Amino acid sequence: MTITDLPQSNPGRARLLGAATLLLVAAGSAAGLFMVPADALQGEVQRLLYVHVPAAWLAMLSFFVVFVMSVLYLIQRDPRWDLLAVSAAEIGVVFTSLALVLGSLWGKPTWGVWWTWDPRLTTTAIMLMIYVGYLVVRSFAEDPEKRARWSAIIGIVGFVDVPIVYLSVLWWRTLHQPPSSPRSVAGEFLYVLLLNLAAFTLLYVYLMVRRYRLAVAARHVEELRLTRDDGRIT
Amino acid sequence: MKSSLALRTWAILWKDLLIELRTKQSFSAMVFFAALVLFLFGFAIGPDAATLSRLGGGLLWIAIAFTGMLSLGRTFQSEEVAGGLDGLRMYPGEIRAIYLGKLLTNFSMLVVLEVVLVPVAAVLLQLEPWDRFPLFVGITLLGTFGFSVVGTFYASLTQHLRARELMLPLLLFPALVPVFLGAVNGTTLALAGDPLDRIGGWIRLLIAFDIIFFVVCVWIFPLVLEE
Repeated sequence: MTITDLPQSNPGRARLLGAATLLLVAAGSAAGLFMVPADALQGEVQRLLYVHVPAAWLAMLSFFVVFVMSVLYLIQRDPRWDLLAVSAAEIGVVFTSLALVLGSLWGKPTWGVWWTWDPRLTTTAIMLMIYVGYLVVRSFAEDPEKRARWSAIIGIVGFVDVPIVYLSVLWWRTLHQPPSSPRSVAGEFLYVLLLNLAAFTLLYVYLMVRRYRLAVAARHVEELRLTRDDGRIT
Repeated sequence: MKSSLALRTWAILWKDLLIELRTKQSFSAMVFFAALVLFLFGFAIGPDAATLSRLGGGLLWIAIAFTGMLSLGRTFQSEEVAGGLDGLRMYPGEIRAIYLGKLLTNFSMLVVLEVVLVPVAAVLLQLEPWDRFPLFVGITLLGTFGFSVVGTFYASLTQHLRARELMLPLLLFPALVPVFLGAVNGTTLALAGDPLDRIGGWIRLLIAFDIIFFVVCVWIFPLVLEE
């Protein structure tokens, strides 16, 4: 199956979505920075939570989307599922890295170290490596159909692996020290966090729309070039 | 149908082992490479016997993983000449036999390697695996099987990629984190003693990983080889 036509672009709707995203992210950041007081124990650095948690949420959401799109691709063999999967994987890698960097910045003043072998932290880093592998395989596979099929397989195997990695690291760490428990967030902190979660989820939808369109265009160019190499278009 | 799957698997395993036996291409090189890795650990960590034997389980598994990676990369090399893989694929019957045959080849190669490597490691790193030897052997086999299951699968997936020598470890090592944790901790407990009886958990983890990934890999393998 090939993508012969670019989908009708809808610049008006995409721009509207972009504007709404910008507003909501700005509101979330303003609320996180100015409206709520700093944490009594951790101080200002605790405000990283309002970006860190949404970034981690988008990382998990992305890799779930990669999994679903990979399954759909292998069942239906429609290249659009593959393009959605790669869009989600790229966005997921970006937000996983963001979550790791922010966690590290928070960890230095709070725990005293940039890195600790906390189960969630370690699993997130391993998850990042799995999906970087997914993207690198794509860049090394030339045939679009094989690229889609192989990366879909990696998307599925990787998704099955992540919970097992988490359990094994959890087990490994609990033998030495209890894992850091999730901090309970209460009151106005919770509302600001929910606002930021909503803003980032909207940002995710916007990025997916944009990235998917780019993927379709890139695929379109690739197909034109392939047919030209065959000599059908000159 | 069942017997045809077993027969085909056996034929591929036998063919690969026969090639290995007649050419002895890689096995001796693998053994020396693994011993070399152990020597490098000695140089990196220092000759202190207590430190080396305390780290023994981890060092042994890194040596097995690195050597196994070289061995996995060669899984489909023998099929490259004269369209060997296309030939295998065109035989009637279950295509999963290719995966099972290659998996058993890799597994047996690694087990033979370990038979040589473990005594060498025991001497170099001053390990004492003999007290709880059945436990030690069981954990080693479970870890090696998990390594071979995922390794053979990703070797078949990366065989046609550019830069496959780089891609195979990049995909394989993150996926194998549970196997490394289970095997290293289990081996360490089997070597040093297990007063708190924690080894059972690691064995269950290895068994669960082996079963889950064996099922997943066997199930989706035909998609890898599709043309």
